[in-house]
Amino acid sequence: MSHKLASSYLIVEDLSASFANGNGGLNVLDRISFTVEEAEFVCLLGPSGSGKSTLLRILAGLLEYQSGQVLLEGRSLRGPRAGVGIVFQKSNLMPWRTVRENIQLPLELQKELDNRSQADVQELIELVGLDGFEDTLPRDLSGGMAQRVAIARALVHDPGLLLLDEPFGALDALTRERMASELLRIWNARQKTVFMVTHDISEAVYLADRVLAFSDRPARITLDLAINLPRPRLPEMRYTPGFGMMAQQLRAALQS
Amino acid sequence: MKKDKPDRRSTRRGAHTGLILLPFTVSLAILVWYLVVWLGELQPFILPTPGLVMQRFLQVLGNGTLLRHFWVTLGEVLAGLALGALAAIVTGYPLAKSRRLERLLAPYIVASQSVPVVAIAPLLVIWFGPGLLSKVLICSLIVFFPILINTVVGVRAVPEDLHDLMRSLKASRWQIFSLLEVPAAMPVLLGGLRIGATLAVIGAVVGEFVGSDRGLGFLINVGRGQYDVALVFVAVFSLVFMALVLYGLVLLAERRLLAWQQRPKDELI
Repeated sequence: MSHKLASSYLIVEDLSASFANGNGGLNVLDRISFTVEEAEFVCLLGPSGSGKSTLLRILAGLLEYQSGQVLLEGRSLRGPRAGVGIVFQKSNLMPWRTVRENIQLPLELQKELDNRSQADVQELIELVGLDGFEDTLPRDLSGGMAQRVAIARALVHDPGLLLLDEPFGALDALTRERMASELLRIWNARQKTVFMVTHDISEAVYLADRVLAFSDRPARITLDLAINLPRPRLPEMRYTPGFGMMAQQLRAALQS
Repeated sequence: MKKDKPDRRSTRRGAHTGLILLPFTVSLAILVWYLVVWLGELQPFILPTPGLVMQRFLQVLGNGTLLRHFWVTLGEVLAGLALGALAAIVTGYPLAKSRRLERLLAPYIVASQSVPVVAIAPLLVIWFGPGLLSKVLICSLIVFFPILINTVVGVRAVPEDLHDLMRSLKASRWQIFSLLEVPAAMPVLLGGLRIGATLAVIGAVVGEFVGSDRGLGFLINVGRGQYDVALVFVAVFSLVFMALVLYGLVLLAERRLLAWQQRPKDELI
């Protein structure tokens, strides 16, 4: 058992977190345990305010946790790691930087910007479908395009783990579905371990290998569901009975 | 961004009509000025005609008096602005970052603002002499507060999400400062500098009034003493001109540095 755990890419064990507020503490996470294997796509599904983002911020190293442990590639996680890329709910682009400059930011910060990495940047720009927009400023991008830039920026330093915090939450339904398919295409091309937070059941089932369902605060995992739909996933699959069954199961788990 | 377009166009048209009307409004003002002098039968030592002021202007321009005093005042203004802005930014940044420091210093900084610069200008002249230094200090005192406030507001307005992004990418403190905080705070900071540029001119004149033997403020004092009101007007207009040019220069710098902002090109305030 412990040997199997030690071999997992990401291990979260008995993780609890609470915030100090006016009256004592607010328990957000209650003894959460799960694992994520390498190159696996895992979605975390939960009602809003359930502590999904808190968990993601802990995994990003942006938030401290009180008890339990988080092991990433066998090492205890304390603070931000270089091998992690994050896409936030808002695209979080620097408005004074062009598309290319925004994508290059992680390389610049780690002083890895050279001719070779610049070629990688160009390749990435093409992968996310932004060629021709390299020198555009964020103010002239649509919401979907801005989020593509954010995805490219999260991938540019070739992280092993990609954390996505409701990355399409601010987009309209159609753009959202298209971006989900795009994300799968990018994931296929780059084969990262992905941990994504969402509140959209069908998005979670469509994208993930496994979906974790969160209860209301303090959050516990109420269901750990393997999605055995074949890959590549096709938009039509959203309307198959198997898909509907799993969505139903998750909905029930969210309400429990 | 698309919905902004009609607004921008209307602003542009507004500015254009403003520019086209400028010669008319200036002519009108001059005409009114003449009328006041003639109808009121005012003596030149009360209110000279625009013609007399122009004559006096050409005279002091020709013999070099005006430019000599102009450069003195401009030097005080620029040095004072630079010193005051530097001090404000150096104080404002840590003040914006540390609540404790803010609580410690804010009462003194705010209280210091209730002391009129005019009131302490004589002290500074006594302490630092009637030369350049006292004027520079008065200028920097007067520009310090607005630039300080804008520095604090600008640094605090840096989005928390972008701070998270930088932290998640393991950016160093210097990288956070230079790549995030400086560009993000720049719009507000430059706004403060614009206010400071015009205030610095006031500071220099206040200093020169109190004690000086050169500068445009001194020239105004001379004109007043000799009932040479035309000379006073020449100096006043020169000061206005100086403030406008400084303001324009900061505006130009803003256009350069903040080209990433969606702003109408002909915005003047």
